[in-house]
Amino acid sequence: MNVAISIAGQTLDAPFDARFGRAESFCVVETDTGNWTIHANPALSASGGAGVLAAQLIARLGAQAVVSGAYGPKAHRTLSAAHIDCFLAPGNEARSAAEILDAFTSGRLALADSATHGGHHGD
Amino acid sequence: MRIVVASGKGGTGKTTVATSLAQVAAERDAVHFLDCDVETPDAALFLHPSLDVHREVGIRVPRVDPQACNACGTCAEICRFNAIAVVGETTLVFDDLCHGCGSCTWMCPEQAITEHLFVTGTIDSGTTPDGIAFARGLMNVGQAMGMPILRELKKRTPSPMPRSSGAPRRALEIRDAPPGASCPVVETMRGADFVLFVTEPTPFGLHDLKQVVAIAHDLGIPAGVVINRDGIGDDAVGAYCAEHDLPILLRIPMDRRIAEAIAGGRTLVEAAVDYRPKFRDLLEQILAEATV
Ligand code: SF4
Ligand code: SF4
Repeated sequence: MNVAISIAGQTLDAPFDARFGRAESFCVVETDTGNWTIHANPALSASGGAGVLAAQLIARLGAQAVVSGAYGPKAHRTLSAAHIDCFLAPGNEARSAAEILDAFTSGRLALADSATHGGHHGD
Repeated sequence: MRIVVASGKGGTGKTTVATSLAQVAAERDAVHFLDCDVETPDAALFLHPSLDVHREVGIRVPRVDPQACNACGTCAEICRFNAIAVVGETTLVFDDLCHGCGSCTWMCPEQAITEHLFVTGTIDSGTTPDGIAFARGLMNVGQAMGMPILRELKKRTPSPMPRSSGAPRRALEIRDAPPGASCPVVETMRGADFVLFVTEPTPFGLHDLKQVVAIAHDLGIPAGVVINRDGIGDDAVGAYCAEHDLPILLRIPMDRRIAEAIAGGRTLVEAAVDYRPKFRDLLEQILAEATV
């Protein structure tokens, strides 16, 4: 399966970015093969609706799951409509995308059943 | 003649000045009062209008007919506000992000989109005991966008009470602007003939004054200043006004009666009648300045 991870950088060693809509980029990993690609987040410069825009990118990239630190209500609704599972990883300790991937594949991450925060004005 | 009463921040006595100016003007002119502070409109507390007309206002948000939509994604691409999303076969609309611009409806190749009113606030209007036609906009709690209400409020000019006797009356519109120096303040000033700034003679007052003065200047609207709580602080505001050709049209000293008037829900000119001639004079100066 394909999993997308919000990160701040260009490789699997890049640090995990806990913000979904405002993450610098997304790393999409094919879990069976370990192949990965990096995609800049177009929502970084969006004045509003960043979560919605980022969620559409994830859907277009064909991910079935996404790992981030927090989801606003609109991002969560968009990801759910695309049947993408939203996993949560704590963002309060510095970790790389590779470590997050490891936590994901070993089943240590929890699903976010709903938005984890109330969203931002215009976000 | 449209006069905006503005201040860079709240609590400078803007509404005190606006309501007193309106009452004095209503002695002989036809006055419309628009409370443009859609987050916390409070002029009604002093002018006591009977607000018997209520109208819901909002923006036209898209609704997608899933039968007609083929999920082409055009609408999501065109929307600058990311208020409409297409994922897989599903189209989602986020009403609270939508600005009602109509682009998606216009661009949809399948004509799958129709527009519905999303209510963001109310406009209340009526007449005050002294014959002022009063209207205010009130934004619904939790709404981030006051602009649509503001635009509607400016469009809606309630008719003032007809009066039988006396000299021909001038039509005056007085807008009580929101505090601050953001988009709603710009929108309130747009189309006005004069902006009256209410400020305090303190460094903070001066800082905030500069910001709103810049807006009026950009819009090319003549302006003047009322200094409230004159005597506190320094005269840096006076020096700034002199330097920028901003006439100081009235100075209101610290006056216990002002605080009492506010607490009692009365205007300054009701609580302290000796201010009536001063406000009459203020009004005539404004009209003279606005027509040079
Ligand atoms: S543009 Fe029209 S047809 Fe295309 S996705 Fe949007 S609503 Fe559907
Ligand atoms: S009306 Fe404008 S702002 Fe609203 S969803 Fe359509 S394109 Fe976006």
